[in-house]
Amino acid sequence: MSKPKVFEKPIGVKDYLPDVVKKLRAVEHKVLSCMEGWGYEQIITPTMEFYDTVGVASSTSDAKLFKLLNNRGTTLVLRSDMTAPIARVVSSLLKDKQFPLRLSYHSNVFRTIEEEAGREAEFFQTGLELVGDSSPEADAEVVALAIASLQAAGVERFKIAIGHVGFLNGVLEEALKDRLDDQASLKEKLLRRDYVAYKAQLNQLQLSDTVRKELSDLLRLRGGEEICEHALTVSNNNTAREAIKHLCEIWAVLEAYGVCDHVLIDLTMIGDFSYYTGMTFEGYAADLGFPVVSGGRYDNLLSQFGRPAPATGFALKTTRVLELLGNDQDEQLQKTLIIYDEQGRLEALQQAQALRAEGHHVITSKVSQLPAQLASSGDMSYQGVTYTAVKTYVGEGEKV
Amino acid sequence: MNGNNENVLRVAMPKGRIYKQASQLFRDAGLPIPTEYDDTRKLIIELPEAKMEFIMAKPVDVPTYVEYGVTDIGIVGKDVLMEENRDVYELLDLGIARCRMSVIALPDWKQAIHPRVATKYPNVASAYFRELGQQVEVIKLNGSIELAPMIGLADRIVDMVETGQTLKENGLVEQTEIFEITSRLIANRVSYRMKNERIQTLCDLLQETLASRV
Repeated sequence: MSKPKVFEKPIGVKDYLPDVVKKLRAVEHKVLSCMEGWGYEQIITPTMEFYDTVGVASSTSDAKLFKLLNNRGTTLVLRSDMTAPIARVVSSLLKDKQFPLRLSYHSNVFRTIEEEAGREAEFFQTGLELVGDSSPEADAEVVALAIASLQAAGVERFKIAIGHVGFLNGVLEEALKDRLDDQASLKEKLLRRDYVAYKAQLNQLQLSDTVRKELSDLLRLRGGEEICEHALTVSNNNTAREAIKHLCEIWAVLEAYGVCDHVLIDLTMIGDFSYYTGMTFEGYAADLGFPVVSGGRYDNLLSQFGRPAPATGFALKTTRVLELLGNDQDEQLQKTLIIYDEQGRLEALQQAQALRAEGHHVITSKVSQLPAQLASSGDMSYQGVTYTAVKTYVGEGEKV
Repeated sequence: MNGNNENVLRVAMPKGRIYKQASQLFRDAGLPIPTEYDDTRKLIIELPEAKMEFIMAKPVDVPTYVEYGVTDIGIVGKDVLMEENRDVYELLDLGIARCRMSVIALPDWKQAIHPRVATKYPNVASAYFRELGQQVEVIKLNGSIELAPMIGLADRIVDMVETGQTLKENGLVEQTEIFEITSRLIANRVSYRMKNERIQTLCDLLQETLASRV
């Protein structure tokens, strides 16, 4: 690659200018205080972690991890999510804290991207983990809180789709007993969202017509509560039935929360099988092409850090949420300008401090003489900024 | 971004050759799509009767529009999907624009010491030869790929073969078929959930139509 030009930055990273930062901070604040209201406490972990611990344990594929070497030659990663670092903290610094633990975060995370794809290499996530509780109540709490977070962030039209990896695992186990390779390759096709290849493989496999139809009809299992009832008729496999019962209970809890309007059951919604162990969910906003929130249960992660425990959580893609929130004029900031010369300095700066103490935003500027446009027309703009009030301490003294 | 009107389905259609076949398939499925647009130069076609909007895209860009959600669904060849590797749902094999992706060479081809492969599909070609355990130098070309072995730029090419006529006329032979190509119906991850009924209904309609064609 040629030497970068001075304005260029690496592909996939962004500058956030003041207007956007204001929005980002507002969303971050609203979502974190929403989570605080549910008893989640914020945690900060380092940007860098060891590849062999957090890097290997994270759900991000190896190719998408940012890797670097420290001065001893040990491989480090830039964190690709907050779940694995939190698992590390829960298993070490917090190992004597009793479960359940409720932790939240707002943080930048890193993924390598292919060039020219226009995806993001660094972005913000606001999320939480509920560690040490395997009940449907815990899963439902996390889903309900994801809904509350989206609402707090100002996202109006959205839907949450909930699935369960156990259902598909069970159904395939029953239909293709001991044919582990076939099971794995069917799952891989679903994970790639390639339904054409999934159906093509079903047609090639040795299966009875009933089973083939059943497996192909899996792709339609989405809707409301009725889907759960229907799914129970599909399979007698224990894993699958347990999964559905768990989902039904989650649904019942969500009903009690009064949020079922936003939720649909989608048994075709599957996450990474090597990572998620139970319920998984994704949130979609009406005007955005990518999911805004994703999460689920990952009961195997913490054992990799030596403190086996069930856990569930989600991450809100804060950067994407920003795209949804228009440029609605938020409350116009009250900005005061104080212009002074050498004579007026003492009085001017004291006045500025007094106003700041009252919560005003005050900008001071020393001049040798009063700028013409401020002196004459009562124009409130100065050096490209418009103020709500201007005070001058120039020459003959204060003038408002 | 998905269009504010939830009732309108935005479809990324491939311009040119495949469009005619795709729009005919839609008509066969009973959708009111007029034939007058078959040769249009318009980029956005509103179809209020069908509650759809066609975005006329270059075929290779269709998965990009769909992945970003600026269109809900799209129609695109498997060749492009394999090359672009976009995160979209591949819902239905439409069985149109049927052809194949193949390895092609001169009839007297012998294994070269430094094998070079020219193609319009560098990702597909790299993946295929890596799978075979062969390291080859992939040269990306943008058209008339058949020229490469004829004038010595590469010893083999990876390209789409429809009838094989071009190969025959230029004295080339097809060595191996890599995969079969047809057009596919693809959907955006979010649209597939937010407009599921619309998309599923269309999908079913098309599937029935395809079944009755055979």
